[in-house]
Amino acid sequence: MAEMIKVGMADLNVCHAPNAITTLGLGSCVGVALYDRTSQIAGLVHVMLPDSTQVRQNQNRAKFADTGIDYLIEIMQQKGANVSLLTAKIAGGAQMFAFNENNDMLRVGERNVNAVKKKLKELGIRLMAEDTGLNYGRTVEFYPENGDFVIKSVGKPTKTI
Amino acid sequence: MQNIQDESIDNMGFDVLTEIGNIGAGNATTALSQLINARIDMHVPKVEMLSFAELAEIIGGAETLVAGILLHLEDDIDGSLLFILESNDAKLLVHQLLGYGDMESEEFSDMEVSALQEIGNIISGAYLSAISSLTGLSISVSVPSLAFDMAGAILSVPAIEFGKLGDKALLIESRFKDLDVDISGYFILIPSLDSYGRILQSLGLR
Repeated sequence: MAEMIKVGMADLNVCHAPNAITTLGLGSCVGVALYDRTSQIAGLVHVMLPDSTQVRQNQNRAKFADTGIDYLIEIMQQKGANVSLLTAKIAGGAQMFAFNENNDMLRVGERNVNAVKKKLKELGIRLMAEDTGLNYGRTVEFYPENGDFVIKSVGKPTKTI
Repeated sequence: MQNIQDESIDNMGFDVLTEIGNIGAGNATTALSQLINARIDMHVPKVEMLSFAELAEIIGGAETLVAGILLHLEDDIDGSLLFILESNDAKLLVHQLLGYGDMESEEFSDMEVSALQEIGNIISGAYLSAISSLTGLSISVSVPSLAFDMAGAILSVPAIEFGKLGDKALLIESRFKDLDVDISGYFILIPSLDSYGRILQSLGLR
């Protein structure tokens, strides 16, 4: 029986097919899945904040878009992934509460998504698909067997990107 | 805030939040009891510093369906207050208030939504007014915003704010009980970094 490996908030992990990797209830956070098709290794990081340089308490590298993606790549490389072949799929970055005023705290989802995209671009990692923004939570599962990224939300049909 | 180290905000700031949270939750329970016109016992609020992973577990797991009511705070204390109820508990509470309701349906009707918003308003107002009179600071609040979703997704909002300070968040669990229903509500107060300083100062701690 294949295993489903769980990744918590501000955390990351790596898995190899036939196992899969998941993170539950992404809100404004972003789930970044990196994938090397040839070795069938996938990694998932659950980032909470866009920029580690803006925060003093930045020891937990998995918490930030900039350091989290670097950290995930390091670990995937140790596990035998070919880093030059990595592709990405991302989900999350919702705005959970609606307010009229333009509050920075509420726009953090959008800022997280932008920071992730910027980092991927810098590293030359191709973004294959995304399901981001809007106003609802997402549970995501990545299957390195075929590269499917499955997204589940409350009261909505499951989608695969 | 310039001369305070982040580490000391972590310890001292959270201690202060714990205390004012305790008082706020007591006041909120009284308000709730008046609102639904029933005697409500409140268990001593449980105040905990939790890692982000534990935070969702307490509420029943990251995928548990919850109702979250978020208010923005302004004036002397700025930041936000989040009040969370498990979806089922939210229904029970709303039906107490309205005097009727259908537990079968998972969805909330418009009437139920606005009743819940009102409950959120009153409970949070009571919570904040306790803090305001304790500290002598004025707090004004926005119209509450309501969301129904997975606990993990709702909790990401305060977790991200606390994430700027450290790897833990402060949760105050207040369990209410009237004759036969047991309802758990959770408060998460998230003052801005600057407000910590003002709260500490007002309490003579700095």
